[in-house]
Amino acid sequence: MTRSVWAYIFTMAIVSYLLRVLPITLIRKQITNPFIKSLLFYLPYVTLSVMTVPSIFFVSENVICGVGALVISCLVAYKTSNLFMTAVTASVVVFLLSLI
Amino acid sequence: MKKNLSNVVLSGMRDGLPIGLGYFAVSFSLGIAAYNAGMTVMQGTFMSLLNNASAGEYAGIAAIKANVSLLEVAVLILVTNARYLLMSCALSQKISPETGLFHRLLIGFDITDELFGISIAQKYPLNPYYVYGAYSIALPMWALGTGLGIYVGDILPANVVCALSASIFGMFIAIVIPPAKENKGVLVAVIASFIISTVVYFVPVLNAMSESFRIIILTLVISVVVAILFPRKEEAND
Repeated sequence: MTRSVWAYIFTMAIVSYLLRVLPITLIRKQITNPFIKSLLFYLPYVTLSVMTVPSIFFVSENVICGVGALVISCLVAYKTSNLFMTAVTASVVVFLLSLI
Repeated sequence: MKKNLSNVVLSGMRDGLPIGLGYFAVSFSLGIAAYNAGMTVMQGTFMSLLNNASAGEYAGIAAIKANVSLLEVAVLILVTNARYLLMSCALSQKISPETGLFHRLLIGFDITDELFGISIAQKYPLNPYYVYGAYSIALPMWALGTGLGIYVGDILPANVVCALSASIFGMFIAIVIPPAKENKGVLVAVIASFIISTVVYFVPVLNAMSESFRIIILTLVISVVVAILFPRKEEAND
C-alpha cells in the first residue's frame, strides 16, 4: 500500500513536470489555433466543477450538509469573489448543519 | 551585477509572498483531503512539492483512494493540468531566446496559474532569477501546507475534519464562480458540469466508472462542447 502511494505520487509528478517543461524547452512559437486556446481556457473550470459536484454532497453522512455548503458557498463566491472567505464558509456551513 | 541579481531575486520573493500565503491555505485543505485518503504527512508533502497543482493533486488523491491504475492517473493528470501546456508555451515567448536549457528546466517546474500570472506580467525578457525568487517562497509554503493539513487531520475530532473537508470545495467554487459572472462560456461550463457530473454519478451503468475516469471523460467532453459553442476571442491570454 505504502509503495503504491509513492508510485502514484511519482507518476503524477512526472506527468505534471512534462506538461510544464516540454513547451518551454521545445516549442518556440505561440499556439494560435483558436479551438485549442478555447479548450485550454475552459478545461480548468470544467475539471474543478466536475470534482466539486457531486463530491461535496458526501463530505458528511448527511447530504443536506453538502447541499447547503454548495449553495451558500456559490452565493458567497458570487458576492465576494474571495477564495478564503468562500472556503471558510463551506466548512462552517457543514459544521453547523451537522449539529442539527 | 551581483547586487542587481539579488534585487531581482528579492523582487520575485516579494511578489511570491502573498501567493505563498494563499497557497498555504489551499494546500492545507488539500492536506485534509489527503488525510481522508489515508496518506502520510511525508507522502502529502512530497506530492505537493513535486506536483504544485491544486486541481491535479485533488484528482490524484481521489484516484489514490480508489486505487486506480497508474495509466489512469497519468491520463487524469494530463487532463486536469493540461492548461500548464499553454502557460509554458506563453512563457517560452517571454524569456530571451538565449535562455539556456537549465533555466528552462527550472522555470518549468512550478508553472501554476498564479506564478505564471506574475511572471507573464514582467517586462520582456523575463529574468529567470525573478521566477526563482517567487518559487523560493511559494513552493515551500505549498508543500508545508499539505503536510500540516494531514498532520492536523490526524489530531482533530472527526466532525471538524468533516467540516474542513468542505473547504477545498469552497476554494474550487471561489475559482469557478467569479469568472462565470462575466463570461457566458464559463457560466455554461460550470452549470453543465455540476448537473452532468451529478447525473452521471447516480445513473445506473454510467455510475460504474471510477471518480477519476468520470473526471477525465466529463472534463474532455464538456470542455470540447463549450469551446465549440463559445470560442474565445483573440487577445485572451489568461
